[in-house]
Amino acid sequence: MTKSECLRIFDVAQRAAPPGGVDGIELMIDSHTSALTRFANNTIHQNVAERDRMVSVRVLIGQRTARATTNLTDDQSIRRVVEEAIALTRVAEPSEHLLPLPSPEEAGEISEPPSRFDRATAETNPERRALAVKEAIAIVEGAGATAAGIFETGAATEALINSRGLLRYHEETSARFSITATAADSSGWAKVSAVSATAIDAAALASTAAEKARLSSSPREAAPGRYTVVLEPAAVLDLVGQIFGDFSATAIHDQRSFLTGRPEGPLFGPNIGIADDVRHPLQSGAPFDGEGVARQTLKMVDAGRIREIPYSRSSARRAGVLATGHGFPLPNETGEMPANIVIAGGGASLEQMIAAVDHGILVTRLWYIREVDPFEKIMTGMTRDGTFLIDGGKPVCGLRNFRFNQSVVEMLRNVVAMSPAVRASGEETFDMVVPAMTVEGFNLTEVTKF
Amino acid sequence: MKDVALKALDAALARGVSYADVRLEHIRERSLGTKNGQTGRLGSSESTGAGIRVIANGAWGFAATDDLSAEGISTAAEQAVAIAEASALAAKAPVQLAPEEKHQRTWVSPCAIDPFSVSIEEQLGLLLAVDAELRRNPGVTLAETNMSFTRTRQVFVSSLGSVIDQTRTTSQTGFEAWAFKGTEIQKRSYPTSFGGQAQLKGYELVRELALLDHAPRIAEEAVALHSADQCPEGELPLILESSQLGLQIHESIGHPIELDRVLGSEANYAGMSFLTVDKLNTLRYGSDIVNAVADARLDHGPGLGTFAFDDEGVPAQRIDVIREGQFTGYLASRETAPVIGLTRSNGAMRAMAWSRLPLIRMTNVSLLPGPHALEEVFDVDRGIYMETNRSWSIDDKRYNFQFGCEIGWEIRNGKRTRMLRNPTYSGITTEFWNSCERIANRDHWTLWGVPNCGKGQPEQVMGTGHGASPARFRKVRIGGGYGK
Repeated sequence: MTKSECLRIFDVAQRAAPPGGVDGIELMIDSHTSALTRFANNTIHQNVAERDRMVSVRVLIGQRTARATTNLTDDQSIRRVVEEAIALTRVAEPSEHLLPLPSPEEAGEISEPPSRFDRATAETNPERRALAVKEAIAIVEGAGATAAGIFETGAATEALINSRGLLRYHEETSARFSITATAADSSGWAKVSAVSATAIDAAALASTAAEKARLSSSPREAAPGRYTVVLEPAAVLDLVGQIFGDFSATAIHDQRSFLTGRPEGPLFGPNIGIADDVRHPLQSGAPFDGEGVARQTLKMVDAGRIREIPYSRSSARRAGVLATGHGFPLPNETGEMPANIVIAGGGASLEQMIAAVDHGILVTRLWYIREVDPFEKIMTGMTRDGTFLIDGGKPVCGLRNFRFNQSVVEMLRNVVAMSPAVRASGEETFDMVVPAMTVEGFNLTEVTKF
Repeated sequence: MKDVALKALDAALARGVSYADVRLEHIRERSLGTKNGQTGRLGSSESTGAGIRVIANGAWGFAATDDLSAEGISTAAEQAVAIAEASALAAKAPVQLAPEEKHQRTWVSPCAIDPFSVSIEEQLGLLLAVDAELRRNPGVTLAETNMSFTRTRQVFVSSLGSVIDQTRTTSQTGFEAWAFKGTEIQKRSYPTSFGGQAQLKGYELVRELALLDHAPRIAEEAVALHSADQCPEGELPLILESSQLGLQIHESIGHPIELDRVLGSEANYAGMSFLTVDKLNTLRYGSDIVNAVADARLDHGPGLGTFAFDDEGVPAQRIDVIREGQFTGYLASRETAPVIGLTRSNGAMRAMAWSRLPLIRMTNVSLLPGPHALEEVFDVDRGIYMETNRSWSIDDKRYNFQFGCEIGWEIRNGKRTRMLRNPTYSGITTEFWNSCERIANRDHWTLWGVPNCGKGQPEQVMGTGHGASPARFRKVRIGGGYGK
């Protein structure tokens, strides 16, 4: 949806609010088109496209607020959703913490990140996706394995407009390709995501997946225990990514964050640095939050110490600091969260990291990660699609997959080597910029049957 | 709605497809929540659109649109056909569907009290009263409550001549008491965790659950967990409360029997299944007392997996999944049914919304009740009883699982004794079900809702139902989640 279409909808909505009847009105207007070509058993088996829009209206009446949402954008539907938002707001409980809508000045100026819209990606047709998939299937099939995966392309717009004159608008595209090669008793996986489909090299990803499946064939079973593990970036992403919901002023205030009550001093190793940076060239997403506040770059962890955390406008006022532009749309229970994680990497290549391990395990990817302990951040999950024994600095054979029960806090104290950070994409959390990591004493607690 | 759906079907058929179906839906939702005495969330939403699924050149195409104008429908139909033609570029064999009859029917799920007709003031008032009751306990550091309602009207039409108009109303509610102290965060939930109970019911569900009555006990337990002993490690008899057993069924019976997984459709994401087709009618899945069904019919109960027709226009059915321990049936679709020799789909294809493609999803996959009184289930010298899920994880072929629960109790000589904190257990699916030695009777059987099951790319979140009564398993690995 164009900016002018969004402004037209806002105008209809504003006129639908009775004069003097509301103290503020805010609209979030989203639209997206996306298409996904999915393949399995060396054939395209699901192939889909969708388009949808969303107009979400929030009104303020005194210290009350509520939200009503529709995907219908005709004038009558807009007027109806405004009436619904007003009706809900009138019966909401007043909140002493509710703030007036932010003015443009309060929301702050946005220093725009690099363009995240690529027209060619937005216009990728099903034939192009099918031909790339066909090429990838041929590579995996040629290696004696079976291919499954996706090629997805899409475009989205996001606008936030309020009655104090704030107007935010963002558009971006996305492309994803992932592939699993399954052999008789092994499998391999690779995935890339980017703003532009030009970053997708389907043939290279297929080759990586097929090679991992080949190298991990006839897997051995290793005893559970504490191992030195080399986690590829997707594995780091999916595991470390589980802790960032706790980097929230509201979660800490609510005493449900693992950062609640932690003593001053280093929490992680001195080599750990974590930022939230929407302007990072490998990142994506809008440079404003759910109230339209400009996202600030935060140095959340520096040399292992917690330095800066995200604040919404409400939590910032409670703490007497400035909002950082990480708030969720209101009303909500959770406050805020970082959304553009960048973990500082090191200088070693993945090959060098493996070469430095005398006896350990190389992990491609992790799966079904869930929180066992909320304060120590013990996570459980499985290795998947390419787990290898490292012996004498070399991957020597595939291993049956492990269950782990590992504290992420402890893990980030035990990182002994890192690769440069790359944009990584997994299946357990959102995309981030992370390095591969060598972690000592990683707790592998059980072995499964394959 | 029916006219628009039929126009969409005509638009697809005019392009020479060999099969087409259209799902046109209107989805209405209301969601409320409180946190520490304040309104946490309060909102409503609606979504309308159509999904058009076709077979052209022997391959699948699907396009969904929110634009229900004549032009919008025509564009979506054209897109679905173009996508199918592209699919054919990398196809191995033409899609074949099991036959299905034409159905013309209107069905509305039972809903005694329309949740959208109950005032927000009443709904919010109840949640705030529960919230206040939880916080009367000074050890509770965070109280949260929630309530949500969804009504979906769907018109399904297909080139077989089916015209099916279904309306389903679902409700969900629950609350949590958190207690932070020292270096531990503990939490108790009612009636279960992660949003509470969810069923195919109206506001009567909220009233049946008597939320306020349970708040003092839940608050007390959340605080008491800080003084409880850590759950021991070892191999012991395990007794599971029925909501936790419901999730165990979901992960270690429900997902493995999805035939699309078995055949590799989900290999890249949700994973495959150890339950390869050679195991049908040959695998000893569980002990003799284990009987499980997948039942989408209303006769089974008001579950999240209850409907009249699935999203391929196939009537709701009941299948035996495990009969006296023997594995006997998969969940199938019109495309996958013939692979295992079925002459007809057993009706398990469902989509999250109009915008997504139907996939094989669990209906109500339930463990049938046993003959035992609760005291007989607890009748062990020493064992561990666990209640209410806290974490869940299983490998991508559904062998190795680990669950954590909010609270545990040591059982001594058939009696509940000391409280245990941080209980976890783990195992291998078939070993676990073969160790099942007692199942409580129907008096203790509840049809639980799992509203957040993820599957598919793009991912679809689906509600499933799981009936269970408390059951006992011998020699289960306990405490591995905190093992060093």
